[in-house]
Amino acid sequence: MAERILKLNRTNVLGALALTGVLGLTLGTLIAVALRADGAGAFGPADWAAIRFTLWQAALSAVISVILAIPVARALARRSFPGRGFLITLLGAPFILPVIVAVLGLLAVFGRNGIVSQTLIWAGLEPISIYGLHGVVIAHVFFNLPLATRLILQGWLTIPAERFRLAASLGFGPDDIQRVLERPMLRGVLPGALLVIFLICLTSFAVALALGGGPRATTVELAIYQAFRFDFDLGKAALLALVQFAMGATAALIALRVAVPGGIGTGLDRAVRRWDGGIALVLQDVLCIGFATLFLVLPLTMILLDGAPGLVRLPHPVLWAAGRSILVALASVILTLSLALPIAALAVRHRSRLVEGIGTLTIAASPLVIGTGLFIVIFPLADPFALALPVTALVNAAMALPFALRVIVPVLAGIETDYGPLADQMGLTGTARFRHLWLPRLRRPLGFTAGLAGALSMGDLGVIAMFADPERATLPLQLYRLMGAYRMEDAAAAALLLLMLSLLMFWAFDKGGRVDADA
Amino acid sequence: MLTLEDLHIVMDDFTLDADLSVETGACVAVLGPSGAGKSTLLMAIAGFLPLTSGRILWGGAPMPDTPAKRPISMVFQDNNLFPHMTAFDNVALGLRPSLRLTGPERGQVENALARVGLTGLGDRKPGQLSGGQAARVALARVLLRNRPLLLLDEPFGALGPALRTEMVALVKDLVTETGATLLMVSHEPEDAREIADQVILVAEGTAHAPVPTAKIFADPPAALREYLGK
Repeated sequence: MAERILKLNRTNVLGALALTGVLGLTLGTLIAVALRADGAGAFGPADWAAIRFTLWQAALSAVISVILAIPVARALARRSFPGRGFLITLLGAPFILPVIVAVLGLLAVFGRNGIVSQTLIWAGLEPISIYGLHGVVIAHVFFNLPLATRLILQGWLTIPAERFRLAASLGFGPDDIQRVLERPMLRGVLPGALLVIFLICLTSFAVALALGGGPRATTVELAIYQAFRFDFDLGKAALLALVQFAMGATAALIALRVAVPGGIGTGLDRAVRRWDGGIALVLQDVLCIGFATLFLVLPLTMILLDGAPGLVRLPHPVLWAAGRSILVALASVILTLSLALPIAALAVRHRSRLVEGIGTLTIAASPLVIGTGLFIVIFPLADPFALALPVTALVNAAMALPFALRVIVPVLAGIETDYGPLADQMGLTGTARFRHLWLPRLRRPLGFTAGLAGALSMGDLGVIAMFADPERATLPLQLYRLMGAYRMEDAAAAALLLLMLSLLMFWAFDKGGRVDADA
Repeated sequence: MLTLEDLHIVMDDFTLDADLSVETGACVAVLGPSGAGKSTLLMAIAGFLPLTSGRILWGGAPMPDTPAKRPISMVFQDNNLFPHMTAFDNVALGLRPSLRLTGPERGQVENALARVGLTGLGDRKPGQLSGGQAARVALARVLLRNRPLLLLDEPFGALGPALRTEMVALVKDLVTETGATLLMVSHEPEDAREIADQVILVAEGTAHAPVPTAKIFADPPAALREYLGK
């Protein structure tokens, strides 16, 4: 077997290199942060408030998203209607939707001058405020209601059709079906869904940056940014970064123990055939689907309406920022794939859950923590602000890596199971195996992954906010600055541009993976 | 000569023992109930399974560790062709894994395809071929690799009776042409009668030494009788 191990060396070396990179980015930056945090003082009341607010808004967002998602998922599971497939695809869209764009859309609906407030004023009532806890939770629900719906819908569709047939033959009504079939399924699915959303909301930065702030609505991530950007208190930023990592890691560890359902699954395109219920249920389902659709589509429609007129006369800085964003996104795609492929290969070759686990470490890390760490490391060596764009691309790639592995590893494992013996028999090793077996058969997942990584990077407003000076803004940061300056017309146009670029980025790569790909 | 020397394989609660040899140029059918270890035996010979103990020798020398370096062509139960490659490339792999072929080598590939009756179908991908044609592509590659030991692990199991008979006849022709030693796993005693002059019976965790086909069918041992149902 010695020869076999020797032959696999390339996999081992490249995989080990990629893993080292990931470990350096996550644990390495954390160590840098920890060393730096040593000299910082104790927590002040503001820090405790930030921790409390972070946990509270994440819990609230998770619970509300899931509670609202249950009836929507149920309605989607048992109704078949034209446009259902499209709607379910749309539920996947928030994942690649730039956060800052959605925030602008939500402002247009729920903001002070938004549709809802205008209607309330017209009716002689108080307008609502979207800033603070409300706003943060509304935005998080906007992003995570679709995710929760997809996760729960998946649960619904795992109930075998035969069970529903059996239930029908036994004369079950909707209540009986709920008790016997649906509640046990929900008990299995909901904890995982809650945890995933809690984790996402725990590390979300852009929403808090745009809608939070002030003593009563500052998250830990936002506090890191403020300590860094406004006070340039690296010790404080580092201390907060440790807290953020601890919270993320704890939630991620719990999430690992609870079976977390896969978020990007397919096969949601069929409805469960059921025989129970009457017109009241139909009405209830129509309302659920209708409201959910409105909640998701309205903010995006507002972006489209408000942004379209200004699109042709976008200011030059916005266009430059767009160019930079495209470059950063493309670099991030390349980095994501060059991390994901060697790690996936190593994980599959050694059937190692540990390798894959290390690869997904970044899910617990927060971009701002990594950013703080990188800053501390780079600061003595070079001007970190000059490296804002490369650092952004790298951090974005690290953030996309867990999703990339989730997509690539199972497919690669399948390829090796099915064609590994044949390839071994032909002596298809090294580059030849990569070119003639992996690459052609991985085209679809690679295209999808690249699209995901590109779109995520395109819309990211995280570490760039820490590092960038005015000359090096990406499009999301430029958009944030326009919003801060109340140039809402330009902001809407920039948001529309960003939205189009993100979708284009995803579409182009995903399509590229599908063209001429053999089943 | 292929020699299995005190071969012992343990996988979970499954074991397989073999201590036998096969003459060079022999055509051997591997028969036995399903789950007895017929495929395991072939996979071990091809180098895909670690041996718990024992050795596998070819011509008195131990086999190399890497499957591709063994003097073996193997046709599996399924997944014998890469679906994203043309029939031509699938065959060409047998010559050069890098697929960088010289002119004469391209000719060799074309000849192999022609020999199995697939002239002009080299550009098709497996999805555009019938089951019988796909099996022929795999055999064309076997022909091209020209290794002295051919292992067939029920490669025609998914084909209908007429097609299978046709493929078995083709295998017989190829083996006769190349002088290769053949080990073929089959469910069908008919195949054994058709092609094999010897039979290895695999039953109850043991692969028995080869016995002349006529003899074993004339007086089947208990395990084979049970399997045949008579």
